[in-house]
Amino acid sequence: MTGIGKVSVQRWTPTSIAATSCLAGLVIVLAFGPYYLSPYLTDRLTIFFIYVIMAAMWNALAGYGGLVSVGQQAFFGLGAYAAIRLSYWDVGAYWSLVLGTLIVGAFSLPLSLFALRLRGGEFAIGMWVVAELAHLLVNLDPRVNGETGISMIALDAFPPETRLAHNYWLALAAMTLFMALVFLLLRSRVGASVQAIRDNEEAAASVGVRVLANKRLIFVLAAFGCAAAGALWLATLISFQPKTYFSVQWTAYMIFMALVGGLGTFEGPILGAVIFFVIETMFGGQGVWYLVGLGAAALLFSLFLPRGLWGTIEDRFGIRLLPVGYRLRIPGLDSTSNGKVFASGGQKDSPQNR
Amino acid sequence: MWANQILQGVLLGGYYALIASGLSFMFGVMRVINLAHGSLAVLAAYLLWTVAERWDISPFLGLLVVLPIMALAGFVLQRTVLERSLRSGLLVPLLSTFGLAVLLDNLLFETYGADTVSLAPNIGDLAFDSWNITDEITAGQLALLTFVTAVVVLGGLHLFLERTPWGRAIRATTEDPDTAELVGINSRQIYAIAAAIALVTVGIAGTFLAMRAAIDPYAGPAQLIFAFEAVVIGGAGSLWGTLLGGIVLGVAQNLGSQISPQGFLIGGHAVFLVVLGARLFISGPELRLRIRALLRSSP
Repeated sequence: MTGIGKVSVQRWTPTSIAATSCLAGLVIVLAFGPYYLSPYLTDRLTIFFIYVIMAAMWNALAGYGGLVSVGQQAFFGLGAYAAIRLSYWDVGAYWSLVLGTLIVGAFSLPLSLFALRLRGGEFAIGMWVVAELAHLLVNLDPRVNGETGISMIALDAFPPETRLAHNYWLALAAMTLFMALVFLLLRSRVGASVQAIRDNEEAAASVGVRVLANKRLIFVLAAFGCAAAGALWLATLISFQPKTYFSVQWTAYMIFMALVGGLGTFEGPILGAVIFFVIETMFGGQGVWYLVGLGAAALLFSLFLPRGLWGTIEDRFGIRLLPVGYRLRIPGLDSTSNGKVFASGGQKDSPQNR
Repeated sequence: MWANQILQGVLLGGYYALIASGLSFMFGVMRVINLAHGSLAVLAAYLLWTVAERWDISPFLGLLVVLPIMALAGFVLQRTVLERSLRSGLLVPLLSTFGLAVLLDNLLFETYGADTVSLAPNIGDLAFDSWNITDEITAGQLALLTFVTAVVVLGGLHLFLERTPWGRAIRATTEDPDTAELVGINSRQIYAIAAAIALVTVGIAGTFLAMRAAIDPYAGPAQLIFAFEAVVIGGAGSLWGTLLGGIVLGVAQNLGSQISPQGFLIGGHAVFLVVLGARLFISGPELRLRIRALLRSSP
């Protein structure tokens, strides 16, 4: 074929270099947030960071690992519970949040031995049962006072402004950490492996991908992230009611954010979290109609736009802001297709084998 | 005392088998787990309650109105939601049906409010009459009726699949939709019919749910979990296994409730996880392969 020049594989493009630097700059600007933001905005942004963590974790599970879980509220609730339990054992308030997250995250490793043997829908509801059981067992702790719940008194010791700033920094740090972990994971060998597993598990195994080990890594990462989100939520709310923290609604939020933003894309969940955050700020007061809307949106997106908003933008314009995949650049084709490049990785365009 | 608890558990298991039959059937035929299953059962219960209250008729008569609606809903569900989302991969139906469940639960809340409703007042003595077998052992008439209905529904599904032309077409489509098309089966039609049948059983289950207990708009997810547990305990895809699974679940819950107030649910979940664990680790595919390898290596 004439007209096709040297074919090259690219990772960094000018767009992705610019976008990644912008994002890094944004994190630095945000790090000084408590010094220039109003207390209200500081608090709201803290919540936004938690949403980003949750969306990214659920996206890592489903979008990259092919693991649809309806039970991530198990880790969310346990993260909060572990933190409050530790604080009553006189571990410092903020240490409790961090340690609680680590303990619950570590607990996901033995759980994965069991959970990852389930497939598809079995895994989805199996995790839900795990969440229900975790809820019931937490209720057995007399300290929790059943569904009445308790408050994290240790956090009350801090003056409100200090607490607000601490929460903000902790949430920002956690968000940056988990996003960086997902980013590094996707760029590593694991990234290619998990996407191969998601697209076709049997085929991936046949070319030597270690299916279970890779899935486990994603599962444990998502557990850590959701536990951190739960602990952070506790930090902003102070009170702990088992029913609220173990509610399946958290998973509904995660699904909404990941699905609307774009499953299987790195940028999608961030966009999804922004959309969810805006919708919640505007319509959260509408109560149940707001939930009706979320359910309807999840249904419609899964039917008509399963790649989500960002996935659709990516497909149409070939934009990739963060370099988590590889691109094949074929110079001869660029002129005919307006510089459109073929992207691989994070792509879910092949219909699954039935 | 214990004998009575076990009997009550077995009878409760009848309800679980009933609610699980549709889930099991749908999974067996379409390989889809419908996460809106429980919410659809609660929807059917509310529909029936509305019909029974408005025209002041027996709920059993009301079924003549509600079951065709559920069948139609199943047909529409398959054509609009399941079929379309299956095209984007095996995991997408989980997302769409979960979205549907959230939508249904909250719409029910908007329509009927937070108050619980029950069909028990509409069925007169049946709600509380029971037969005393001994002084300590009693069997509620409604619970017995539920159990018998479960057996009839599961048996009916079984006979339908084994003996009727439609059943044969469904089994053929399950095996291989493309080949079934070659011999003149319209697999789209068959899937839609299967979904309609599944939702009829969901409607029946919802009826018994509302007769035996008070329901609220958010009762759906718990029913989905119970149904799923019964299916898994009994072994996915086997209709009689579903009955056994329901019974095991019901007995475990009733025995658990004797130990602690929270024990009812914990007992059920624990048995589910133990059975699942045992199945995965002991009689799992690896073991079966290992046994097969052993058999092959021996002369």
